Amino acid sequence: MHIVKRDQMEWYKSWLIRAAAIVAALIVCALVTVILTHKDPIKVYATMFSGAFGTPRRIWNLLQNIAMLLCISLAVTPAFKMKFWNIGAEGQVLVGGLATAACMILFGGKIPNALLILVLVIASILAGAIWAVIPALFKAKWNTNETLFTLMMNYVGIQLVSYFSMYWEAQKGSGQIGIINQSTRDGWLPTIGKYEYLLNIIIVAVVTILMYIYLKYSKHGYEISVVGESQNTARYIGVNVKKVIIRTMILSGAVCGIAGFLLVSGTNHTINTTTADGRGFTAIMVSWLAKFNPLFMVLTSFLLVFLQKGANEIATVFGLNKSFSDILTGIILFFIIGCEFFINYKLVFRHSHKEVK
Amino acid sequence: MAVPAIELRGVTTRFGHIVANKNVDLVVNRGEILAILGENGSGKTTLMNMISGIYYPDEGQIFIDGKETQIRSPKDAFDHKIGMIHQHFKLIDLFSATENIILGINDGKKYNLKEAGKQVREITDRYGFVLDPQKKIYDMSVSEKQTVEIIKVLYRGADILILDEPTAVLTPQETEKLFAVLRRMREDGKSIIIITHKLHEVLSLSDRVSVLRKGEYIATVNTAETDESQLTEMMVGKKISLNIERSDPKEPTDRLEVRGVSCEDNMGVRVLEDVTFTARGGEILGIAGIAGSGQRELLEAIAGLQNTSTGDILYHNPDDGQTVDLRHKTPTEIRELGVRLSFVPEDRLGMGLVGNMDIIDNMMLRSYKKGKSVFLARKEPRGLAEKIINELEVVTPGATTPVRRLSGGNVQKVLVGREIASHPKVLMAAYPVRGLDINSSYLIYNLLTRQKEGGTAVVFVGEDLDVLIELCDRILVLNSGRITGILDARETTKEEIGLLMTKTDRGTEGNADAHR
Amino acid sequence: MFTSATIITLIQRAIMQGIPILYGSTGEILTEKSGHLNLGIPGIMYVGGISGVIGSFLYENSLPSRDAINPFLAVMIPLVCSIIGSLLMGLIYCFLTVTLRANQNVTGLALTTFGVGFGNFFGASLVKLTGSEVPSVTLTNTSQFFRASLPFADKLGVFGQLFLSYGFMTYLAIVIAFVAAYFLKKTRRGLYLRSVGENPATADAAGINVNRYKYTATCVGSIIAGLGGLFYVMDYATGVWSNEGFGDRGWLAIALVIFAIWKPNFAVPGSIVFGGLYIVYLFINGLPMRTAELFKMLPYVVTIIVLVLTSVRKKRENLPPASLGISYFREER
Repeated sequence: MHIVKRDQMEWYKSWLIRAAAIVAALIVCALVTVILTHKDPIKVYATMFSGAFGTPRRIWNLLQNIAMLLCISLAVTPAFKMKFWNIGAEGQVLVGGLATAACMILFGGKIPNALLILVLVIASILAGAIWAVIPALFKAKWNTNETLFTLMMNYVGIQLVSYFSMYWEAQKGSGQIGIINQSTRDGWLPTIGKYEYLLNIIIVAVVTILMYIYLKYSKHGYEISVVGESQNTARYIGVNVKKVIIRTMILSGAVCGIAGFLLVSGTNHTINTTTADGRGFTAIMVSWLAKFNPLFMVLTSFLLVFLQKGANEIATVFGLNKSFSDILTGIILFFIIGCEFFINYKLVFRHSHKEVK
Repeated sequence: MAVPAIELRGVTTRFGHIVANKNVDLVVNRGEILAILGENGSGKTTLMNMISGIYYPDEGQIFIDGKETQIRSPKDAFDHKIGMIHQHFKLIDLFSATENIILGINDGKKYNLKEAGKQVREITDRYGFVLDPQKKIYDMSVSEKQTVEIIKVLYRGADILILDEPTAVLTPQETEKLFAVLRRMREDGKSIIIITHKLHEVLSLSDRVSVLRKGEYIATVNTAETDESQLTEMMVGKKISLNIERSDPKEPTDRLEVRGVSCEDNMGVRVLEDVTFTARGGEILGIAGIAGSGQRELLEAIAGLQNTSTGDILYHNPDDGQTVDLRHKTPTEIRELGVRLSFVPEDRLGMGLVGNMDIIDNMMLRSYKKGKSVFLARKEPRGLAEKIINELEVVTPGATTPVRRLSGGNVQKVLVGREIASHPKVLMAAYPVRGLDINSSYLIYNLLTRQKEGGTAVVFVGEDLDVLIELCDRILVLNSGRITGILDARETTKEEIGLLMTKTDRGTEGNADAHR
Repeated sequence: MFTSATIITLIQRAIMQGIPILYGSTGEILTEKSGHLNLGIPGIMYVGGISGVIGSFLYENSLPSRDAINPFLAVMIPLVCSIIGSLLMGLIYCFLTVTLRANQNVTGLALTTFGVGFGNFFGASLVKLTGSEVPSVTLTNTSQFFRASLPFADKLGVFGQLFLSYGFMTYLAIVIAFVAAYFLKKTRRGLYLRSVGENPATADAAGINVNRYKYTATCVGSIIAGLGGLFYVMDYATGVWSNEGFGDRGWLAIALVIFAIWKPNFAVPGSIVFGGLYIVYLFINGLPMRTAELFKMLPYVVTIIVLVLTSVRKKRENLPPASLGISYFREER
């Protein structure tokens, strides 16, 4: 037996394989559910649906969560396309959010609200971009391992947020900032009508389209693809690889900063170490599963958020712990990750022994 | 006569429908050095890979010590005390020589680096190698690394050593040392097979020479009874007429002037030395030479991809009569100077094209920066892609097919088509017909000829001497990074080129200019 | 400000903090030496911890009375359960990344999601079973055997306090780290393993079974890392499992790999330094609570500095394994 790389598969076949993997994963999840909880799996899945779509509020909640995860996934994508493993989105988002919160606290009520929001946007973008460009500079100059560097930057960011949560704590000893500017709503992203998260969702939709256009139709996006595919070719056509690495990471961090801004100014109106809620890591899977295509990412982020929300509901309804959703998510991810093998490779059973490697 | 160490009878290997080795007979005796001589692509390495267990022959038999033997894996080869030293070293940079040497050996002995180091020293002393067993590979010169590879094979007890072009990476002094070592091994009763295309090495080192040409076994002669011209004739064969269309150059004008260019590779080995020549518009300048003689570096230096240590690369712009120096310029800077230079690199999918991108996007590699817009203009490249597909008869499902999925000939048509589309004044092509079928090859020859007729200076790096002689107007011969001759293609012979490619007598290089 | 007593306490607590990280780090070093960056280590450590807790919980509850506990079984059951749990996690990772050639980062992160979820789910389930008021599982009975130090340790003064006052798993961690260092540096298999992580194609050509080494290193690495989770509950947390209690220690273990420049013997003092940085704020009087959070940043900051310095100096021996994170496909050789 022999494994060979496939030529490109027809798109429908590859999606068929992925769909089959998800079905297989759901069967395994059903088995796990039955074994661990002795519940009827059909009922369990029905509960998942109602957990995600049951009420308008849940749907809004789902959409808001999709938007946030999607935004961060979009942020990491240009870096990944360049084969720069930015797994520091968690930190970049948090630092962006921290910059937002800091400006809300420091300038709230002192400058007009519209100006304040502008300041928040700029501050969060800058903070995210700085957090991302540091590893990029070292990568470009000394080829410092970017995976490990960005990973470490996450925890520096988390501790920074933890420190400032106490610095600006609402009640002494609580260690929590609490809702910022609750009465004045200074620096809060305005709501459109009665839809609390609508503006967030619209902003992310716009970012999605912009990112799609940037990657597919802009000269920068083209350079990113060339650098990611072959640095030799990039040299051949005269692309400055270092410049592209740094520029792309600034962009990646900036979009993370926007996500932080949306989470703080548009959603939570506060910040703590769980504001990003692991989305910086989940985003990596979202982006990778979607083959770095921003439009497919809408689907993959939907899938992951749906799983989480649905499983949370299972937990509540059947009196399970909400970590159950992580187990199911993990199992489904294993199947999706594993099925890529069958899309990229095929097994050939050979009878001749021409090449005896 | 004693039983030969190895004997091959009627060995044939095919890759698909390409015959790499056809009915080869070969005998290697104990205590002798056999040279395998042949041009690039003559099947030498394939044949040796068969003995060392990397390939398995489709037909024929292999006898070891008179017994028919199947060699199905490198391990089998080792068990029969056969060891091969490949051109590309398989060493772990971070490890010491000893650690590399013992890698993968499970002899049941206790793991003891000191003891192993002692054994390595015994081998080095016995044959006169110079090597510190504790030195890390990353600190080593190329010749030291080669030494490690040879000792690796000896340490495993090999009696039959195959060396694939061992001198390609060595300086003359290092080569002499290696030969001394090989002679000592011969005295020790080892059989040595050395693949080479350097005639003087064959003559000074080997006992017998076997010649291969285009996969076929030609003959074996005793070294003492032959000379350079006989070997060259055996190696290159009779001239074959290819009927490539060739027009006479019309008013050739100097276009690209390379003066005294030298450069080193990233290991600090000198790969080009004082290279001086002129490429003229309206002419095809062929570059001949055995693989790795500096062809790649020369073209990359001109294209702005390789740093040079000395010399000038002057471009005479036919549009405005200006002359610019391209040395130390990036490809972008060269383009901004108004230099219309196109380059078809040897590594098509690793450098010239992006395999995962479609034909349209590959068209843009050269042109995407045009214009002030931040967005790509895909309209023009799309037109160009379609034009190339039609005119060059590229077999593809469409312009949006990733080039990786095209066959070798079609990939090359896309690449050459793109490079020609910018109406270059200088067109450089490295091995543009390698791996192509006959029809595609002729299409490429015609494209190059048409470029020349349009006044472009064409630089063609080739390996088939028949093609070089019939396609080019002048032929420059590179030998270990130096120019050993610039010949009139209409006057020269394969033997003359072959000799200039392989000899290392450095006294004649001054005459190179006389051939112009 | 510092009395000798506080310094001793500081060191003792630094060691206690450092040991779980040391386990995780030793495991990850073995894995990374085979060329695999396993970001699933935090999840594996959770699973290693909870598996031990489950085993021990079932054993304690099967006893007729508290005193019927058998010290040998009380230690062996959680130990074996922990090993099985982590081994299964390691196998999932290997199957996906080695056999199915999946992306290592994505697989690792998915494994962490799964593992942390697994730990917290069973943790909460056990809490529910006990019907306890507080959200934790308490296994003090088992813990006493894990925490047992030498009976005469107290009588040996400072020496005893500093070196002999710990449970057996502390010494085990240090022994494993030194054995791993010896294995990598001084044995044939260690040499082969390093060759796989440096240049799998060369190792393959030399006749080394690359995939077997990758599997073995990753699985053994997972088991060792999982013991860190077990140590955390049984010794450090005195047998009390509470969800999320383990925190970021898994990531800290990955940081320690870099800090120790991929050498398990360096990880031993490194883990104590990390542990110390984690708690030193407690020993500095007059510090506001929040400053502690900045101190907790230090292990990561020094790790970044080490990472940068090694890449700037480019001393080959201190760089990450050359093929780290890159899957090896023989056919693409």
